[in-house]
Amino acid sequence: MQLRRVVITGCGSVSPYGRGVETLMEGLLAGRSAVQNFPDLAAIGGLRTRVAAKVSGINPKEIPRKDRRSMSAMSIFATMASQDALAQSGVTTEQLTGGRLGISLGSTVGSTKTTEELFRDFFTDSSLERMKSTIFFQIMNHTCASNVAQALGISGRLLAPSAACSTGCQAIGYGYELIAMGKQDMMLCGGADEFHPLTAATFDNINAASVAFNDSPSCTPRPFDRARDGVVCAEGAGVVLIESLDSAIERGVPILAEIGGFATLSDPRSIANPNVEAMECCMRLALEDADLGADEIDYINAHATATEQGDIAESEAISRIFGELVPVSSLKGHMGHTMAASGSLELIASLEMMSRGRLVPTLNLEEVDPACSTLNYLRLVQATEIDTFVKNSFAFGGVNSSIVVRRFKHD
Amino acid sequence: MTEQQIIDLINSSLVEEFELDPASMTPDANIYEDLGLDSLDTVDMVIVLEGAFKFKIREEEEIREIRTLGDIYRFVNGKSRQIKRK
Repeated sequence: MQLRRVVITGCGSVSPYGRGVETLMEGLLAGRSAVQNFPDLAAIGGLRTRVAAKVSGINPKEIPRKDRRSMSAMSIFATMASQDALAQSGVTTEQLTGGRLGISLGSTVGSTKTTEELFRDFFTDSSLERMKSTIFFQIMNHTCASNVAQALGISGRLLAPSAACSTGCQAIGYGYELIAMGKQDMMLCGGADEFHPLTAATFDNINAASVAFNDSPSCTPRPFDRARDGVVCAEGAGVVLIESLDSAIERGVPILAEIGGFATLSDPRSIANPNVEAMECCMRLALEDADLGADEIDYINAHATATEQGDIAESEAISRIFGELVPVSSLKGHMGHTMAASGSLELIASLEMMSRGRLVPTLNLEEVDPACSTLNYLRLVQATEIDTFVKNSFAFGGVNSSIVVRRFKHD
Repeated sequence: MTEQQIIDLINSSLVEEFELDPASMTPDANIYEDLGLDSLDTVDMVIVLEGAFKFKIREEEEIREIRTLGDIYRFVNGKSRQIKRK
């Protein structure tokens, strides 16, 4: 039961297209791939994939040194996305520091790059004498949430959900629940991750990373496509400022959308393999939380990472609930899998699709895999007014999450 | 290494590590009030100096008394002479 209505009033994006929601939407609507070949990956033994989508065009030095010294790239992305979300929402310094604004922001792990550098040095002589004072703050699990809170002066609650690819979606969902319960008035929510070859290797190791398009990177990943061959790892941060409806009305700020419902669950059947029933259950619970029927959903932004099993299972779960008519797309084809950031970044993009009345298709989807269920797969940008959408995120570790977002309407 | 070379190496190491303005690197500059360093930075300052001069100074009592860049110049010069004598 929802106690207080929760709305979105600010969005911030640092994606493989660069900084800013406008930059993100330009890339997505133009059908431009952000995936590139990285020849350096060839130096890593056993790694077959050579493609990734990395963030460029930002200036970390915009963040003062004393805030930045404890940040790895993921916290830098998260801070910039947070600043942009706060700016759009018109949040004042008093509101930031007053204790009624909290943060719910996570990543898959702490900085692997920093961890690698620390141990590379340690293993030379088993000495930790050269360990700088800020290393821990880059590798701790709540590095993004803490660094953003420190840099921006947030003094409310701090959560750092960590559920791999479900992180961004969960972070928003948990923030929504805190506000609905009246524990906070505003929450800065989302996910962030930075690319490291180990992330790509995690997928490559289980034959779930894309390896067949190393020389034609813009052709991969290919969600739902017959020729798909796996995930392309990416990086970035997506952050939304959400608040109680009362708070937004009192502040007189534009409301971008309302969070209708949220669900997350553990699927104990497998730590690695997706399951149709668990995905279906998650979406149904989110609809129930939103008090909406399946026929009231206008668009589904799929998790679909272009893995063999994941896409088939998700398409089946969507088909069981929504049938063949509701438009479905995955943004992984454009910018790869931004991991912990994917749920929140793709939710922001979907929200923009709703406000612009233009749905972004799945890039690289040329021939739907016959093993995937029949759905209304978007192949071209489609001019359609939508009032509701579902954002899915399904993660390693058996963690599923779905959020229902709807256009805000006064009662 | 001459005294000036030592000063230059201290300055360049700290400028790089703490993104300082080279013009602010004067002997009377207070490392806290003028250069803006804090307790975490002083931990890293010791590591940076140890790396630059290849000595161990972390346990030296004198370090706790350092307030200005001039204090660092004197301390490192003294330490270098001490090592040379050994």
